[in-house]
Amino acid sequence: MSMRFWKKTGAFLFLAGILFGIPAAAQAEDISYTYNYDYWGDVQDCPDLYTVSKVFTSADLGLETRMNNPQGLYVSGDLIYVCDTGNNRILEIRRHSAENLEIVRIIDSFTGDVENTSFLAPTDVAVSEAGNFFIADKGNARILKLDPDLHYLMQFDKPVDNTLDPAIAFQPDKIAVDSAERVYCVATGINKGLVKYENDGVFSGFVGATKVTFDFMDYLWKRFATQAQRAQMESFVPTEYDNLYMDYEGFIYACTGAVTADDLRAGNADAVRKLNLMGNDILVRNGEWGIYGDLYMGSGGGYEGPSYFSDVTCMENDIFVCLDRNRGRLFGYDDQGRMVFAFGGNGNMDGYFRRPVGIEHMGHELYVLDALDCSVTSFVPTLFGELVYTAVEEFDKGDYEASREAWEQVMVMDGNYDLAYIGIGRALLRQEKYREAMDYFEVKYDAENYSKAYKQYRKEWVEEHIGWIIAAVLILFLVPFVFKRVRKIREELRTDDFFIYEYGKESRDGK
Amino acid sequence: MDTIASAKGGTAGVAYSGQPEDGGFVGGARGESLTDGGFAGGARGGRLENGESAKAARRERLAKYWDSLKFALYCATHPLDGFWDLTHEKRGTMAAANTILFLTLLVRVLKLRYTSFVILTVYWEGLNIFLYIASVLFPLILWVVGNWGLTTLFDGKGRLNQVYMATCYALTPYPLIQFPLMILSNGFTVEEAEFYAVLSAISLIWAGLLIVAAMGQIHEYSAGKNILFTVASLFAMLVMIFILMIFFSMISQGVGYFISLARELLFRL
Repeated sequence: MSMRFWKKTGAFLFLAGILFGIPAAAQAEDISYTYNYDYWGDVQDCPDLYTVSKVFTSADLGLETRMNNPQGLYVSGDLIYVCDTGNNRILEIRRHSAENLEIVRIIDSFTGDVENTSFLAPTDVAVSEAGNFFIADKGNARILKLDPDLHYLMQFDKPVDNTLDPAIAFQPDKIAVDSAERVYCVATGINKGLVKYENDGVFSGFVGATKVTFDFMDYLWKRFATQAQRAQMESFVPTEYDNLYMDYEGFIYACTGAVTADDLRAGNADAVRKLNLMGNDILVRNGEWGIYGDLYMGSGGGYEGPSYFSDVTCMENDIFVCLDRNRGRLFGYDDQGRMVFAFGGNGNMDGYFRRPVGIEHMGHELYVLDALDCSVTSFVPTLFGELVYTAVEEFDKGDYEASREAWEQVMVMDGNYDLAYIGIGRALLRQEKYREAMDYFEVKYDAENYSKAYKQYRKEWVEEHIGWIIAAVLILFLVPFVFKRVRKIREELRTDDFFIYEYGKESRDGK
Repeated sequence: MDTIASAKGGTAGVAYSGQPEDGGFVGGARGESLTDGGFAGGARGGRLENGESAKAARRERLAKYWDSLKFALYCATHPLDGFWDLTHEKRGTMAAANTILFLTLLVRVLKLRYTSFVILTVYWEGLNIFLYIASVLFPLILWVVGNWGLTTLFDGKGRLNQVYMATCYALTPYPLIQFPLMILSNGFTVEEAEFYAVLSAISLIWAGLLIVAAMGQIHEYSAGKNILFTVASLFAMLVMIFILMIFFSMISQGVGYFISLARELLFRL
């Protein structure tokens, strides 16, 4: 009876309960906007970590032409960039507050010594530390580099690589720029990973290709299939990334929606990865459940299948937020891969989406771009959310006492919030209060951390009681030994000739 | 002759005595035949007027029970020799068999609560303790009936109660290993959980091998025939499950037919 068996059984029973036990209508009314998954994968209602500050439509921003199918969102300082793909322009918006966004300029052309100085369906924009613009000009098959005054500097063209079909047009879709102005690009139709360019515009290779997965039965089928049959079959190719994000440390978060539920559950595919410079996935997955959004993928409200991560952003406290295009939800995970929050949904109300395509953060605030609704939604953290962030950030800073206090306040507001218990436990562990830490970990079944605490506790206990332990062992071995010895000596004494002569005789006489 | 109905007695000491009509025998009048009678916990020897001899008989039965229970350890370590003697030398008692089964079930249930969460976590909301116990009892009954049903057609010397008794005796390693393991598990960390898994697997494999060995001895089968009939018994279990399922679905369909018929009638009237 492994732990996994019980979890699976638990999940199954829970599903069965949902399917047969509780009427769906009653369920829908009771569920909260924000939720989380507990150890068993059961949905636990949760106080909101975020609340909608305002939904900005074209009218709210004072645009004369309505936004049309905007695809890209980027934040730099207090500026927000929206790629208004359908109108071939980029909007530069200044954030005065979460409720007050103002259009600074509308970028629809640039200057410079190049044939075409306008965009065609730009899908993404990025700004380097030096202030240069990088624009994925998808319709024109190029990535543009412009200086802060919108003067053309250079462009990045289709990579020169033997494996790429020369007939297929280059379609740069999403881009990210690192501190040295190297460009990483997700291009439609290229499944070898991210296209990487050096800062001089030279294509330097592909990074972070997803590993190819196939199951053995498929392989066997292919072995015996004819050429024609094989052509009909799905080929084993790496999945394309959908979006990427360069975090404050220079690691790239890349997400993809082209994954199946089975692969996600089995751990054969990743919906989101954190790539280092070598292109290796370094995302920590210590949570009880995988980092793929919703655990229950059955159809409901017209939506089914796994969460489709269309964008990801990572805050400075290492909490990264994934945007699910399928059910219009936001999923936050901490640096250990544990779910911090999940909220949202599809719909027309504030805080619900129709086709969310981009997410960015500014401090703790979140901005979500909806392509169909043509709007930007700003989310601000609630008191509860700020407390969670305080606790996480204090822990990272090393102030474990402050972290614990914040977690305790979180626990007061939501006793079902697993991270609070584990957070307190981790703080106590760092403060070397092992016995107390063990209790917190046990409550939330955190076996890994419990073991860490227990190991230390056990060591301490043994060190403290080493005298007693040695004494106990000695007694255990010595007592029978001494006993035996004494008996032997007495026996010898009794049977010794001398004593027999002296005492034995006497005693015999005495009797 | 008593059947596995005595298994339903469950607890030690209340197992049903084989021949209640036979009143006076209890207390050693029939000596070794006690083995298939089982241990009667309460004094059933009502006709024995003499208090002293009743007491002596009881003590003797208790000694016999204790001896047969200890014999389970011998069986576990010397399966071939032990299981031969279990029936042929009448060293085993039904009461001891029931006790071992009870201990097995008890340890299995206790494990849920007292094993360290590092090794075993229980989704209590989804647990039905009766189903959990049945998950041992039901296959056990199927095995006993299936094995007996087959072997009795193919020269097997074991009777139904002997098959039951030997199977229960073969379960000995389970409580023997799992109980201390359950207590020890609370001192384990995640890395040390491997030890638990290994020891736990050993207890199951050991018990499984004992069952096979036991069947061979009580039916007086050769090794090859024994393995053949072990596999055949497993198939017999599947067949029985299949028939039971058909049976229950047929019954429910039949009942459903008459219910709908009655309902229709009520509507028309």
